[in-house]
Amino acid sequence: MSGPVLILGAASDIARAVARSFGEAGHPIQLAARNAERLEDDARDLATRYGVEVTTHEFDALETDSHAGFVAGLPALPEVAICAVGAMGTQTKSEADPQAAIQIMRANYEGPASVLAHLANAMEARGSGTLVGISSVAGDRGRASNYVYGSAKAGFTAFLSGLRNRLSKQGVHVVTVLPGFVKTAMLEGIETPAPLTAEPEEVGAAILKAVRRKTNVIYTRPVWRAVMAVIRNIPEPVFKKTSI
Amino acid sequence: MTELSGWGLFPQIDCRVVRARCEDDVRKAVLAAPLIARGNGRAYGDAALNPGQTLDMTGMDRMLSFKDGMLVAEAGVLLADIIHAFLPRGWFPLVTPGTKMVSLGGAIAADVHGKNHHVDGSFRSCVDWVELMGMDGEVSRVAPGDELFEWTLGGMGLTGVILRAQIRLRPVESSWIVQDSKALTSLTETIDAFEAAMDAPYSVAWIDCTDGPQHGHSILLLGRHARSEDLPADRPKFNLQRRGKIPVPFGMPLLFKGRALQLINSAYWRLKARRAGRALVDWDSYFYPLDGLANWNKLYGRNGFIQFQCVLPRDMAPDGLAKLMAAIAESKQGSVLSVLKRFGPQTSHFSFPMAGYTLAMDFPANERSLALMEQLDKITLAHGGRFYLAKDARMAQAVAKADPRAETFAAMRKETGLAARFASVQSERLGL
Ligand SMILES: Cc1cc2nc3c(=O)[nH]c(=O)nc-3n(C[C@H](O)[C@H](O)[C@H](O)COP(=O)(O)OP(=O)(O)OC[C@H]3O[C@@H](n4cnc5c(N)ncnc54)[C@H](O)[C@@H]3O)c2cc1C
Repeated sequence: MSGPVLILGAASDIARAVARSFGEAGHPIQLAARNAERLEDDARDLATRYGVEVTTHEFDALETDSHAGFVAGLPALPEVAICAVGAMGTQTKSEADPQAAIQIMRANYEGPASVLAHLANAMEARGSGTLVGISSVAGDRGRASNYVYGSAKAGFTAFLSGLRNRLSKQGVHVVTVLPGFVKTAMLEGIETPAPLTAEPEEVGAAILKAVRRKTNVIYTRPVWRAVMAVIRNIPEPVFKKTSI
Repeated sequence: MTELSGWGLFPQIDCRVVRARCEDDVRKAVLAAPLIARGNGRAYGDAALNPGQTLDMTGMDRMLSFKDGMLVAEAGVLLADIIHAFLPRGWFPLVTPGTKMVSLGGAIAADVHGKNHHVDGSFRSCVDWVELMGMDGEVSRVAPGDELFEWTLGGMGLTGVILRAQIRLRPVESSWIVQDSKALTSLTETIDAFEAAMDAPYSVAWIDCTDGPQHGHSILLLGRHARSEDLPADRPKFNLQRRGKIPVPFGMPLLFKGRALQLINSAYWRLKARRAGRALVDWDSYFYPLDGLANWNKLYGRNGFIQFQCVLPRDMAPDGLAKLMAAIAESKQGSVLSVLKRFGPQTSHFSFPMAGYTLAMDFPANERSLALMEQLDKITLAHGGRFYLAKDARMAQAVAKADPRAETFAAMRKETGLAARFASVQSERLGL
């Protein structure tokens, strides 16, 4: 397996680490993000380190009208497409201003689902490929402190699950990635418990492994599976009194 | 705020850490408040700490181009990553310190040396140019011969933030080292052996500084890159497997005291003496024996430890080293690792090396060690020597200023305004 790998939302810390994992494994890389010119140095890095071919592409998750053209315009239909698009926003802003909340919902659900839908159809027609969606444990249960982001991630997780269900018979595999805390720009200045906090490189390695083994759902840092099992199962009357 | 320290875990200071991912992030930080750049935190003391603003450069770690051994990369890339990418293609750093976990920026700022200083010089020897961000947020490209370049190599981050550099790697035929080891029984013998081996590409000695019966015994290791014909036919030319890491818990240091330390040192000597001679050693264990132990810096406990590293000019070295080693033995503080190397001449304005001998040791961070190190300072100065800022955590200002170059460096920083923008706990302590 050494076909091209497309990374959507390629400027994020997680995306950079994912690109390195696949570059090291010898895959040509397609980096896509807004303001694609800022991906140039990352593209040179991948090419220099691993001697793989790298292209950069302009891509805006919120401009869903452009997605069909974007997919059609890629130099090759990727073997693996990884969607790392997302925006955390701030819960207080989302509460005060529903318009701001909508932007968060679109960036974490509508945009990613739209572009993956186009890629899914193309891969289905070809009869092979892998789609990877980076969602979040925040989608496992809505919490007061970030339910706008969480709800969009919940939608995205459900979308990926349905897509997997539909495409499994068509030779296309879907991986859902549920990171907990990851040391990225998103979490800068926020203290998180060390055992629950992954390095971006761990996420990159975990995704490469999941793609190869055709795993369905991965929690980066496996303890999160247990943590979320507990959180999901707290009865609602109790949960509403907590501040997790 | 984050509690930060250098590799020696002493001192530990609350710092506001800002992470840079691109040039704009650096500019924002430089224009915002005084700061010091930080690489991978392998300097032992307080050189990469600034409570107001410490700029973490490890997010800027892109390799930008590579051609015929010439690599352009961002300052945060680690030597380990460079080796991982290019050793399989037949290239190795021209100069490397005893750990591969240093950043390119850190290697430039400290102008690090390796076991080959006597033939190849310091890290500067492989640097074609450096891109540096000054206090106004402007980037300038400086090259050997430029004043700012000469101050930056060895300038400990106090001349600006290093963004990118072009370095030259050395071609190698394999990832193996042909090592010749010799067991010697006195300091004099050791120095004679170093002098006789001036054209050996790599040389380093481990020397017993305890007050045990083997005081002054040493193991001298000479090395060179193995050529194809040095390898047995079944040996892969390039072996890049990453070694597993042995974790080290807090609190082991109790073992490393007094009599136990003597025993460890002499047992080590006897073991190595028995195996003296030629061997084929893999690059990782030859250059980076300590990297195989994860967090070995925790060995000394939570209070941390301090390295003492000085260099003595060639003609004063035999006497000075003998006095240093006698003082250490007498203090019974010992040092698990005492390392002796031969340096060639100084190159940059403010870099550590000078033609002569350098001795490096570590001591637990406590009152007795601090007192001992003050004694070692005096002996070093009396013999025309100087100290390595990348290892320092505790020198007095007067000691640092005994090096006439320190005044010139400080004056240059003041005149140009650099002193007001780039500062570390170390530079404040030493008045640089
Ligand atoms: C086990 C071990 C063995 C060692 N062996 C040797 C040896 O054999 N020879 C030797 O010379 N050294 C040796 N050292 C010291 C080490 O090589 C130096 O301290 C080196 O500077 C560490 O690099 P770093 O990236 O970790 O830098 P840091 O420790 O983070 O910083 C060191 C200095 O570099 C500056 N700096 C870092 N990045 C930048 C940047 N982008 N722009 C401007 N300034 C910057 C900092 O301000 C600081 O002054 C050893 C250290 C260890 C832990």
